[in-house]
Amino acid sequence: MSLLEVKNLGIHFGGLRAVDGFNVSIEQGSLYGLIGPNGAGKTTVFNLLTGVYQPTAGTFFLDGENLTGHSTMEISHRGIARTFQNIRLFTKMSVLDNVKVGLHRHVKYSLASGIFRLPSYFRDEQELNERARKLLEVFDLYGEKDFLASNLPYGKQRKLEIARALATSPKLLLLDEPAAGMNPNETAELMETIRFVRDEFNMTILLIEHDMKLVSGICEEITVLNFGQMLAQGKPSDVLNDPKVVVAYLGE
Amino acid sequence: MKQLLSKKNLFLLAVIAVIYAVLFALDAQGFFSRQAKALLVPIGINIILAVSLSLIVGFLGELSLGHAGFMSVGAYTGCMLTVNLDLPMYIELPLAMLMGGIVAAIFGVIIGIPALRLRGDYLAIVTLAFGEIIRSIFNNLSVVGGSGGLNGIPKYSNYTIVYIMLVITIIVITNLVNSRHGRAICSIRDNKIAAESMGIPVVYYKLLAFVVAAFFAGIAGVLYGHNLGILKPSTFDFNKSIEILVMVVMGGMGSIPGSVIAALLITVLPEILRGLQDYRMLIYAVVLIVMMLLNNNAKFNSFKQRVFSKKAKKQGADLAKEGE
Repeated sequence: MSLLEVKNLGIHFGGLRAVDGFNVSIEQGSLYGLIGPNGAGKTTVFNLLTGVYQPTAGTFFLDGENLTGHSTMEISHRGIARTFQNIRLFTKMSVLDNVKVGLHRHVKYSLASGIFRLPSYFRDEQELNERARKLLEVFDLYGEKDFLASNLPYGKQRKLEIARALATSPKLLLLDEPAAGMNPNETAELMETIRFVRDEFNMTILLIEHDMKLVSGICEEITVLNFGQMLAQGKPSDVLNDPKVVVAYLGE
Repeated sequence: MKQLLSKKNLFLLAVIAVIYAVLFALDAQGFFSRQAKALLVPIGINIILAVSLSLIVGFLGELSLGHAGFMSVGAYTGCMLTVNLDLPMYIELPLAMLMGGIVAAIFGVIIGIPALRLRGDYLAIVTLAFGEIIRSIFNNLSVVGGSGGLNGIPKYSNYTIVYIMLVITIIVITNLVNSRHGRAICSIRDNKIAAESMGIPVVYYKLLAFVVAAFFAGIAGVLYGHNLGILKPSTFDFNKSIEILVMVVMGGMGSIPGSVIAALLITVLPEILRGLQDYRMLIYAVVLIVMMLLNNNAKFNSFKQRVFSKKAKKQGADLAKEGE
């Protein structure tokens, strides 16, 4: 049984079929790529998988559990975390607090112990700080923990978003164009980080990316979308040489 | 316990006690004129109102124009209680404050529910309408005196009681904001979609912010009623809500010390400018515009950070280093 099982997923906005008949099954611990030209419906797939949009057709299962029709919050609780194409950090909060929001559900102290500073507040906050520190150290961000998120340089904001998503302890991590706007050095470093995250946390990762070097470098399997339809699926070397895919990207 | 008695907390406790003692001593020496003395309680009440509203406006990031409505609900509930009960003051007043706060909090839920679906301008209109509806209900309710007002409220509010409530309000809201619950509220302000994706129960925390803010506004209302001895619906009009909002905005949204200072200034300023009564609103507007310009001015902000915050100082230095 694979970790994520998507069956015939689709959504239409009026007459526009943004995604149609999307099928994919992703194994635990794999690195899966989702590529396609602009407007192919890649981010829409992410929005469907995280409950931002409700699918008009099809179902998807995480670890055997049907999550179709659940709200964004519930899906996050069940174990899908994501980053965003246009970075969505909590800009007026510190780097540390951003990660601590991700850890929100992992300590349970009540409203009363927060307000009256009961012992459980101090114990849990200490645990939060400790866990947040570990995550930030993975991404080499701990030195900037007191910065406002909006004051971080662009590349580090992308990293912080991944750290924050990991803080929710997901089973599946969705990365929406993690390398967008990065220079080749930063991209290479990011590839290492993604690989490290997969190995260290035994994470399953589904990523959208335009940088073919990154996709072919780290993804074990990819799916190509074009106009909401699946164009090809399989090993990167095969798929990227598929004439249909070449046509979709470069034209006849 | 050890953490509660940290150096910082003991220092804050000392500051709180010293401020109280100094004001008390000055009062005992007859330092305050009658006018100044009459201002102490309203200052405290306005600080409670401003700090509670800052939870909605500054931390949840929603615009609420109905804070005077919550205040009036609390005021009428509490004052009806003390008018009709015949108990000693030290039982009656806490009970009135508690009831006033709770009833206001219930209205906080009622107003919070549309807040779940509305944002920005639209929510502002709903809260504005709420304030006006409450006012016209009290205007026409003969049980509470109608437009003539509710008379014969015992004058229980004094400097000490208001000071205690003010300290409690500030502590509760500061602690709330600096807990995981407060972080959840701030995350909704910064990015609602991201907050949902992180598994934050947005509905719960939006309601929570409204309920807590309304609760303290209700308490402020009870203190207000027991200060004047009479409640008139017309005092809880749109202007009152705006006045509280101005305090929060002027204090720099999301800053509790800022709200406190702004509340102090805005309560005291009209009295100082008594001679210039006609120009009061003009000066008000000018001060607000200047604050807005300054708060959005990069140079002023970096100056403010250099002066006030050690943390920011370090950050500024680090950024400068990176720039080189």
